[in-house]
Amino acid sequence: MLDGDAGEGPRIAMRIVASMAEVLDADHLIDVASAHVDGCLYQGQASLDFAERLARAGARVSIPTTLNVGGVDLLHPGLYRGDPDRAARSRRLMGLYEGMGCRPTWTCAPYQLPDRPSFGQHVAWAESNAIVFANSVLGARTDRYGDFIDICAAITGRAPAAGLHLDANRAGGILFRLSSVPGRLLSEDILYPLLGHLIGAESGSLIPVIDGLPPTTTEDQLKALGAAAASSGSVGLFHAVGVTPEAGSLEQAFAGRVPRREVTVTPALMAEIRDGLSTTTGRIDAVSVGTPHFSLDEFGALTPLIERTAINPEVDFYVSTSRAILAEVERMGWMSAYRRAGIQIVTDTCTYIAPILSPSTRVVMTNSGKWAYYAPGNIGVEVVLGSLAECVRSAAEGRVWRDDALWRG
Amino acid sequence: MDSGEVEGRTLAAGSATGRVLRLDEPLSLWGGMDPATGRIIDRRHPQAGQSLAGRVVVMPAGRGSSSSSSVLAEAIRAGTAPAALVLREADPILALGALVASELYDRRMPVVVIDERAHAAIRAGDEVVVRAGPRGASVRGPRGSATPRG
Repeated sequence: MLDGDAGEGPRIAMRIVASMAEVLDADHLIDVASAHVDGCLYQGQASLDFAERLARAGARVSIPTTLNVGGVDLLHPGLYRGDPDRAARSRRLMGLYEGMGCRPTWTCAPYQLPDRPSFGQHVAWAESNAIVFANSVLGARTDRYGDFIDICAAITGRAPAAGLHLDANRAGGILFRLSSVPGRLLSEDILYPLLGHLIGAESGSLIPVIDGLPPTTTEDQLKALGAAAASSGSVGLFHAVGVTPEAGSLEQAFAGRVPRREVTVTPALMAEIRDGLSTTTGRIDAVSVGTPHFSLDEFGALTPLIERTAINPEVDFYVSTSRAILAEVERMGWMSAYRRAGIQIVTDTCTYIAPILSPSTRVVMTNSGKWAYYAPGNIGVEVVLGSLAECVRSAAEGRVWRDDALWRG
Repeated sequence: MDSGEVEGRTLAAGSATGRVLRLDEPLSLWGGMDPATGRIIDRRHPQAGQSLAGRVVVMPAGRGSSSSSSVLAEAIRAGTAPAALVLREADPILALGALVASELYDRRMPVVVIDERAHAAIRAGDEVVVRAGPRGASVRGPRGSATPRG
């Protein structure tokens, strides 16, 4: 491929894969079964220049490839309030990736689509939350791929034999003990982004192992944990003993070795992180949930809450999800409740990367650790982190409402 | 070494001279740096508000989003990128951003990894020279200064 016998597109892609193999000290390449590409989100002229270079060279993906969020909501284009030129560039970039044979899935949660990777399968996924989910929850194997290398792996079907593809790099290194966290809090969704934030901040380059999560922990809770851990840190894989597939026991999670560090998690520490991730309190202008993209189960939890609560007309309420999940929500007949409540569904993108919120929005409440982490820098708003129920009740009251019983030790 | 030179590993080739900006914590360029200005926009970062543009940025490691490659490539294109990145741990996401910028724009921003002691010894504000080639990398401080002693 490097000689260009497969064409100019594959030659450029292979050159980049080979350079990355060198950076990663990989002595060979492996086949990957699928790819998830993040480069379709416009970050500036360089995003377009790169995709155009590949597309002009005739590059096409050689393996099933899903696409991450783009910079605009193609199903609800009227939601975009920003610079029309940037919207046009975002759209053009999305078109270039679709033109190279990627599926127009436009979601940061490709693991919520059918045909997800199987246990032990090597894939090349980008998007930090998708990476950590694929590795941790599915037991598939992907290194932490980023923009550019993702599409190059999709074109060549190859990736460096390095990082989290290899057994040696998947063993636990740091232990988080939950024995001091009461059962009620363990069953609450809001614990998971907070725990994830702590794990990301504490783990450095060590693989975190969590001991004490209940076997009933849901995929959505693990999704929230992983997304927060990959925002506050570089976590690409975690093990939860008795929950995730490579951690049947503590010993298995650590591959028989002793943890390099141990952290004891307490309710007080969780409340401290909640407050640290909240930059304000009091009146709120908007609520945004669905980062990573809302799942069907999460819609299932939100629908009854909004059916019995009248959202304050002064508060904008957004749910970000994929077009695939939205189709399911419509099939379930739930959309009428969202229309009645005045809740805006956002697809194909997310409220913290595309200019969707009203310019007068100052304070936003969210249940997402990732949203809370990035939104202040990205779109210049103040944030309050709370559970889904706290978000809905706050949206009704127009100001932050806390369920104090949740946070008592 | 009296010229204050340390050797390291090349992640992305190039050479640059610039004043050292030390980051106390890893920074995710995506969501952490505005490629239009080079400023740190992650409000939780200890060096929030400072500009990376034209500086030899010495930081422990990369962090967070896999979109950082694009942000770095875009910053290199726009002329707001650091002069060089000096890391303690190899970071493929940052290396890739520099690599793609050199493919697309023929602008080479060195990304190098040096060991922990040498990394800790580089002094903020010093003018240093970073050279990264296929056979290895070096970071050279001002002659006679304490920066860096490997």
